[in-house]
Amino acid sequence: MRISYREAMRQALHDALTSDPRVFLMGEDVGRYGGTYAVSKGFYDEFGPERIRDTPLSELGFVGAGIGAALGGMRPIVEVMTVNFSLLALDQIVNSAALLRHMSGGQVSVPLVIRMATGAGRQLAAQHSHSLENWYAHIPGIRVLAPATIADARGMLAPALADPDPVVIFEHAQLYNMEDELPDDSNEEPNEDWRCDIERAAIRRPGSQVSVITYGGSLPKALEAAAELARDGIDVEVVDLRVLRPLDTETIAESVSRTHRALIVDEGWRSGSLAGEVMARIVEHCFYDLDAPPVRVCSEEVPIPYAKHMEEAALPQPAKIVAAVREMLNV
Amino acid sequence: MFDFTLPSLGADMDEGKLIEWKVKPGDMVRKGQVVAIVDTSKAAVDVEIWQDGVVHELLIEPGERIPVGTVLATLLEPGEGAASKGVRAGAKEARHAAVAGAAVGERRPPSAAAVPAETARLRISPAARKRAEALGVAIVQLTGSGPGGAVTLADVEAAAQAGVRKAVEAAPAVRPEVDKNTEMRRAIAAAMSRSKREIPHYYLYETIPMARAQRWLAQANEGRPITERLLMAVLQLKAVAAALAQYPEMNGFFRDGRFESVQAAHIGVAISLRQGGLIAPALHDVGSKPLDQLMHELADLVKRTRAGSLRSSEMSDPTITVTNLGDQGVEAVMGVIYPPQVALVGFGRIMERPWVEDGTLVALPAVVASLAADHRVSDGHRGALFLAELRERLQRPEEL
Repeated sequence: MRISYREAMRQALHDALTSDPRVFLMGEDVGRYGGTYAVSKGFYDEFGPERIRDTPLSELGFVGAGIGAALGGMRPIVEVMTVNFSLLALDQIVNSAALLRHMSGGQVSVPLVIRMATGAGRQLAAQHSHSLENWYAHIPGIRVLAPATIADARGMLAPALADPDPVVIFEHAQLYNMEDELPDDSNEEPNEDWRCDIERAAIRRPGSQVSVITYGGSLPKALEAAAELARDGIDVEVVDLRVLRPLDTETIAESVSRTHRALIVDEGWRSGSLAGEVMARIVEHCFYDLDAPPVRVCSEEVPIPYAKHMEEAALPQPAKIVAAVREMLNV
Repeated sequence: MFDFTLPSLGADMDEGKLIEWKVKPGDMVRKGQVVAIVDTSKAAVDVEIWQDGVVHELLIEPGERIPVGTVLATLLEPGEGAASKGVRAGAKEARHAAVAGAAVGERRPPSAAAVPAETARLRISPAARKRAEALGVAIVQLTGSGPGGAVTLADVEAAAQAGVRKAVEAAPAVRPEVDKNTEMRRAIAAAMSRSKREIPHYYLYETIPMARAQRWLAQANEGRPITERLLMAVLQLKAVAAALAQYPEMNGFFRDGRFESVQAAHIGVAISLRQGGLIAPALHDVGSKPLDQLMHELADLVKRTRAGSLRSSEMSDPTITVTNLGDQGVEAVMGVIYPPQVALVGFGRIMERPWVEDGTLVALPAVVASLAADHRVSDGHRGALFLAELRERLQRPEEL
């Protein structure tokens, strides 16, 4: 079955709402408008205003309400339109959702799922183009997911809802229109339960000469670069982190120990980036297996420009990845 | 058949230049025999071999600069026939197997894994370095194909396949000859930086009355021709050796995270060179030799050190260092331990001091003896006892 990322996410939400009466969706424009990225289109009519709740433009308020509902036994899915606006809700996410289990001595947990779009590339200018996944990946107490394939868009929500602690799901805005075959043998009971693991990184393309490690919106770019390099006989492995917290160090180290080279592609800015953390773990775990210094392709350290050509120049692109790999291999 | 490799002759040595072979193929060699002269950053050193055998093949030409661990020659075991030669055909190809540290047979204490000078650091990936070690490829001979000319895994594997000999020819020793003093300065800098970086020093000092020792020495020297006279330095060295016998944790090497104590006191005597710099070669087994013999050997050691003709065992054997800056007029010296040793004893100038003995103030010759010791191996309490023992020994010079 060939579907879009948007449709995969819609199906996952639909499953969740159908299968568990405790699940409800809340956020800006999720109801009457059908979702800013049209993910919840038709839900308002199907499930009604009690379960598909439009909120005011008040991130701190409605994320807090979601935490309260989770504490009260519900399974809320809170949609924060984009990561840019989630900064207004940081206190609720970092100080409440992530810490209440700890602060209550284990008496309460917050089974909350927060979805948000992330990333640049659509000419939305500096304030609407952030890639701040790493800010959340820094916080103990929350799990951070970055579905970058149709299968993960379809499969990650159910285990996220089953997690007794808060889970933040980042959906890169440029992925919604991506289409792919949804493999129907990707789990034990096809078409019934789309659960997949939310623990491990995945090797999306096996290769032998360099491990390109990435996540989210940069995965298609890495795969495109790998395909181009393959035409010149350069064999690139592409690793999709999938889970940004906790990081699957084992898969990363296994890959790099085999290829002896690591290139990390991250749409975040280089300084203090998740790419930096991945690189640190590679050096900690694979130092004696490295055949070249690890390299990063990140966003340029500028506010993301509005002008199309400048925005493209500021972000990781397949051509930049290709050039970086060539430089590492000196070919 | 066995290999004769270039030993590390000090914590600060990572390569040497072969100056001369003292043997040729077919020669019988005995354990302890000087077989080659190698120029280190500090001196031309007579390198000894530590296993009997017959020289089979000399692999390095005089004039070549080689890293520590390089196979210099192959030898046949005593009684080993030429029939087994075939076994090692191609030895010359594999001659650069860089196994750092060990000389032949009996494992000499290789003063330390060499600390490479930072400026000369080779650009090689960690994976390539590991592979080179496994394949026995000499990395200094390789040309890197990676970014910035770095040596990569592929370079090492290609070199191993081609046989490193080719790489040897491709890379003639074009290394510029560095000024000897600069080189020695760099070597001392590397060893002392490492010492201060790795060794948690603690320092103790004790003022030791020297009246008895001076009196005894004056009597002992009475009637002796000047050339036969004993120096106080010898008495001090012997006293240190005697004290070490009771405090073995000051005598030996700290290597690979643990302390190896050595029974004999091979005391490294710090000898300053006229052109600057210093060397602290070993005066062997100080504890078991009479003072006359020690005096003779010390004079010989100083002479040969300044002439630049030391033996390799003298470079690598010291188990502790003694430095005496009394001649320069300082009161006391707080030394830096020479790794992998674990202690250094320093003597200042013997000078008359006001001294209270039995409630009476007297003027007395005394010297400040100091101990710099490695806190990973010993503690201040034992260090203090060691210095007290040294003090007591110097009060009974007739027993030394």
